[in-house]
Amino acid sequence: MSSQYKVIVGMGSCGIAAGAKKVYDSLQDTLNDGSAKLVIGGCMGMCFAEPLVEVAADGKRVIYGRLTSENAAEIIAKHIKTGQPVIESVIWSEGLDSADANYFNKQQRILLKNCGVVDPESIDSYMSHDGYKALEKALKTMTPEQVIKEVEISGLRGRGGGGFPTHIKWTLAGKSAGPDKYIICNADEGDPGAFMDRSVLESDPHRVMEGMLLAGYAIGASEGYFYARAEYPLAIKRLRMAIEQANQKGYLGKNILGTGFNFQLFIREGAGAFVCGEETALIMSIEGKRGMPRTRPPFPAEKGLWGKPTNINNVETYANVPAIIFHGGAYFAQYGTESSKGTKVFALAGKIARGGLIEVPMGITLNNVVFDIGGGLQGGGKLKAVQTGGPSGGCIPAELCDTPIDYDSLKKIGAIMGSGGLLIMDESACMVDVAKFFLTFTQDESCGKCTFCRAGTKQMLRILERISEGKGKSGDIELLEDLATKIVQGSLCGLGQSAPNPVLTTIKYFRHEYEAHINDKICPAKKCKAFISYEIDADKCKSCSKCAKGCPTKAITGAKKEPYVIDKAACIRCGLCMSACKFDAVLVTTGSGRGE
Amino acid sequence: MSQHESVNNGNSFPEIKEIVTKVSVNKTPAMMILQAIQFTYGYVAPEMLERVTELTGIPSSTLYSIVTFYAQFRLEPIGDNLIQVCHGTACHLAGAERITESMVMETGAQAGKTSEDRLFTVDKVACLGCCSMGPVITLNGEVHGYVTPEKVQKVIKERRECCVANGCKDHDHTAGKEATVSE
Repeated sequence: MSSQYKVIVGMGSCGIAAGAKKVYDSLQDTLNDGSAKLVIGGCMGMCFAEPLVEVAADGKRVIYGRLTSENAAEIIAKHIKTGQPVIESVIWSEGLDSADANYFNKQQRILLKNCGVVDPESIDSYMSHDGYKALEKALKTMTPEQVIKEVEISGLRGRGGGGFPTHIKWTLAGKSAGPDKYIICNADEGDPGAFMDRSVLESDPHRVMEGMLLAGYAIGASEGYFYARAEYPLAIKRLRMAIEQANQKGYLGKNILGTGFNFQLFIREGAGAFVCGEETALIMSIEGKRGMPRTRPPFPAEKGLWGKPTNINNVETYANVPAIIFHGGAYFAQYGTESSKGTKVFALAGKIARGGLIEVPMGITLNNVVFDIGGGLQGGGKLKAVQTGGPSGGCIPAELCDTPIDYDSLKKIGAIMGSGGLLIMDESACMVDVAKFFLTFTQDESCGKCTFCRAGTKQMLRILERISEGKGKSGDIELLEDLATKIVQGSLCGLGQSAPNPVLTTIKYFRHEYEAHINDKICPAKKCKAFISYEIDADKCKSCSKCAKGCPTKAITGAKKEPYVIDKAACIRCGLCMSACKFDAVLVTTGSGRGE
Repeated sequence: MSQHESVNNGNSFPEIKEIVTKVSVNKTPAMMILQAIQFTYGYVAPEMLERVTELTGIPSSTLYSIVTFYAQFRLEPIGDNLIQVCHGTACHLAGAERITESMVMETGAQAGKTSEDRLFTVDKVACLGCCSMGPVITLNGEVHGYVTPEKVQKVIKERRECCVANGCKDHDHTAGKEATVSE
């Protein structure tokens, strides 16, 4: 028996981690009476309310969130039986005023249109949402030059972070001679704090493939490679399925749609090297070598993979192309600003009330994102900074968060657009610690080819470590700035050129924090271990002994009905006692109030 | 060299030949071969590299340069349970350091190392891409979000008890191992 109801369970990695599989199983038992069609979907983008289930009928969507395997079946069954949404569990539904409605209503979802809607493991599902129509349109009615022209009209710029105009890359690769050309999709999303590409690949893999096919047609390539992070097993699995299905349906292979166009796609898995996000390093890696960048020119458009002309874009860039070709470039260009057209996908995370995968028109301000879409900070905290662009980006202080999000405005204030990670920080974040965190990462990931990147980042990290250990000296800040400038100048690729950004922006906007560490031996955020101490508030302590049991150095002692005490000499300031205490009795102090 | 020869008589690591045959249809397959070996054995030993060289002619120096460059390759076998503690930015802000510390305490394995009883290997990894659920860990590939030191205690205790009772056969980390190994 067929039913008008369709029940979609969001099964991206995050959803599964939050228990979506169990929810799915529980629904399977309930809905096997045929009252609804149960399908899996990708990421619905509302990570803050996972696991998510959508009930769709007659074009009306109702999304439920924060479900458990215990209550999901009951809620969904009630909805289907009564035909009415169970309001108190609804996260979003069109026209319904729920507490979290703004999360969706303030977005502009073009690229993510299908995410959470189509079944990522079914090509038919993609096709029923205009899938591969853009390819058909291009192959049957447009020349390669016309395809590139539409991309030019759209104003699309590289979404991996560089912001290079896509049509110029395509034109160059198209003009390069030779029958063997390659398309590469950079899915080596290495920025910690970014998960846009993973979500898109897990939720709508065919869209990315269609974009690559269009690029292949535009530049005259017949082979394409996905270079995907090995840490994304689900994305890789779904890509494999998608490629197989597209081959069966004739969207890949020889003589596609009877037009004489041939194209095949392959997957290469990365092996854990951040530098491979750089295009020449990535090409080396596909060629089975150490992923070390080389000098450009020649650019990949002339001499890329196996020495042949190659076009390389990231996941999001390709995923934008089908809509541009299907609706025309002007459709895309109506969104955004003069120099940054269209929409951009961001991974909103950190201390944000509603974190997740969002898509917004370029030009929207950071404050709009944090407060309108993200619902402000977790636990009502105060915004301290927004970090964009991961280890290559910068920390933007709260007072500059009315800056519009576009390539040029962000660059002006020392940050970058980056690939789309937006990390929200509250007052508990120590800026020296954040800078140290990113430098630890880039220093570790430097491939070692350029001296300034290899040795310079290490020296910067040493200085930061010194500062956070209470051994900072006057002149350290200036030394950091000096080193930073030289690393930028002396590095071949984007990794080194941008590695100092987190340090430079934190010094620029939070210099007083560095000075507090160096001169006053205080960590204002109470994060750096050298400057803090833990103690137990005798009035709040209930003598439950949880803290003592969890203490790795047995520094906490006490007895029944007696408040517990921390031996500060034995304490290693790991903070496990603070996590263990249910009564907020463990306090952390810094500065003059700090015990020794 | 002599000790290698005895191991490397062509009969050891029979799966490598299969892997090489299967993977070599791809252009420049060196890295793919090594990835398949690691997937099969859980690590890449020097003798395995020698065997690949024998079969493909790719110099072992080239192979060695690959396995030492990429973080994913392991040169030593791992413990029965593989734990990855995410140290991406969001997880760092959410307290990943604390999670690693309690993980080290509960498993007895230092970060990046395997515990003496060989039950656990604890790795710090860059980012697992589940940033909204930090701190995040994976236990034998399964993602756990919003981890607390208490949850760590609980999960490790359960795993330890289960492993000791069942000899770890049910939850070997290399999923798919049986499929490749069985002959």
